Amino acid sequence: MKEAWNTFSKGILKENPVLRLVLGTCPTLAVTTAAINGIGMGLAATVVLVGSNLAISLLRNIIPDRVRIPAFITIIAGFVTIVQMLVKAFLPAIDSALGIYLPLIVVNCIILARAEMFACKNPVLPSILDGLGMGIGFTATLLAMGSIRELLGNGTLFGMSVTEGFISPMLVMILPPGGFFVFGILVALSNRLARRQGKKPVGNISCETCPGRAACEQTVCEEGFTVNVELNEAQSEEAEPSVESLADRERPSGENAGNEDTGAVNGEEGSND
Amino acid sequence: MTKLVTILLAGILTNNMVLSKFLGICPFLGVSKKLNTALSMSLAVIFVMLIATAVTWPVYALLLEPNGLGYLQTIVFILIIAALVQLVEIVLKRFLPPIYQALGIYLPLITTNCAVLGITLLNFTDSLSYVESLFNALGAGIGFLVAMVLFAGVRMRLETADIPESLQGLPITLISASIVSLSFLGFAGIVG
Repeated sequence: MKEAWNTFSKGILKENPVLRLVLGTCPTLAVTTAAINGIGMGLAATVVLVGSNLAISLLRNIIPDRVRIPAFITIIAGFVTIVQMLVKAFLPAIDSALGIYLPLIVVNCIILARAEMFACKNPVLPSILDGLGMGIGFTATLLAMGSIRELLGNGTLFGMSVTEGFISPMLVMILPPGGFFVFGILVALSNRLARRQGKKPVGNISCETCPGRAACEQTVCEEGFTVNVELNEAQSEEAEPSVESLADRERPSGENAGNEDTGAVNGEEGSND
Repeated sequence: MTKLVTILLAGILTNNMVLSKFLGICPFLGVSKKLNTALSMSLAVIFVMLIATAVTWPVYALLLEPNGLGYLQTIVFILIIAALVQLVEIVLKRFLPPIYQALGIYLPLITTNCAVLGITLLNFTDSLSYVESLFNALGAGIGFLVAMVLFAGVRMRLETADIPESLQGLPITLISASIVSLSFLGFAGIVG
């Protein structure tokens, strides 16, 4: 029971997908011009996350390891299409507010990362709880971002006038720069709290540290990103990319294997055949 | 003709993919540390965006929509993009090794890049024609390149800056992105 609670609750604060894992930054910045959009996006992503975690966990022993990422993407895209049609039918206002960011849930790395990191290794119930917790953490962060930006940028909260008369709204907050700024401040706050509790603050996003990394690379699956950069520099000196480069790839990816989960390494070998 | 130029300029300046539409934030924040990696990544993005648009537009307009399958757009597009990236990688590796060396390593990262799927979807929400869509993709790609290269320059300066502890790492990167994005607001209204 306690374990189930931990699986569920870790996504909300401890491993908050946006502030602690830094996944799903695109929708976090794009749709949070108003609190209600944040909730809409968050809930849509939660439904997809729970659905895809459920389906992937059920199919985890059937999907061959080599094609798992394309399979995951197809499953996720299926759920996104369902959500898209439901939202279009029942919440047209949210649909037009979210625009193309609704179908773009497909490439939201939170969902692919949870599939890759959790659902494909765990039974159904924990996977559902994990999806639910992560979804709630995502929704909560989007709600916070949306509320701050709406309040400062428009002087309203959920469309109700709050600061009218004593603070004039700062339009820039609901414009793109405001999104980057508020997100930056929120990450700074969450880092400060993490430091107080003796945890590691999140660093810059880079492909080496990204938890969704394996998913990102495995889609066409080859080698790790750091490896890639080294490879690029090494390769630019020699013109022949075929056999040597494959050998070159094996070496650094072996060194880096500690950072990757076993699945990623397996997939890598598979793709080089 | 004027419309094509407008679309191109809008993609680069006023509707910049990264700085005003927030598409492709992961590579923007993740791969912009060095100028040359930023450049190669952006070239790969331009390349894939153009090819993805060239293929998805006819598939939707000629295959899906006339058959009432418009709702399959998302699922079909992401699969086409994934397959295309794979195909392009194989073809480049085999026939154009120099280009493969420059761009190939970034291709896998691009499949799950929301900028590519985003631009193929935007072509239809803005109801653009085939040629307009291609220009839209080109403009968006160049816009991505401009944003990446500018931001790589900003970040190289940041490396030596003295930053308060709480803002170190991601927060200061985001706040600098905010300022770069603010400067792009200045282009608002330049193209109708």
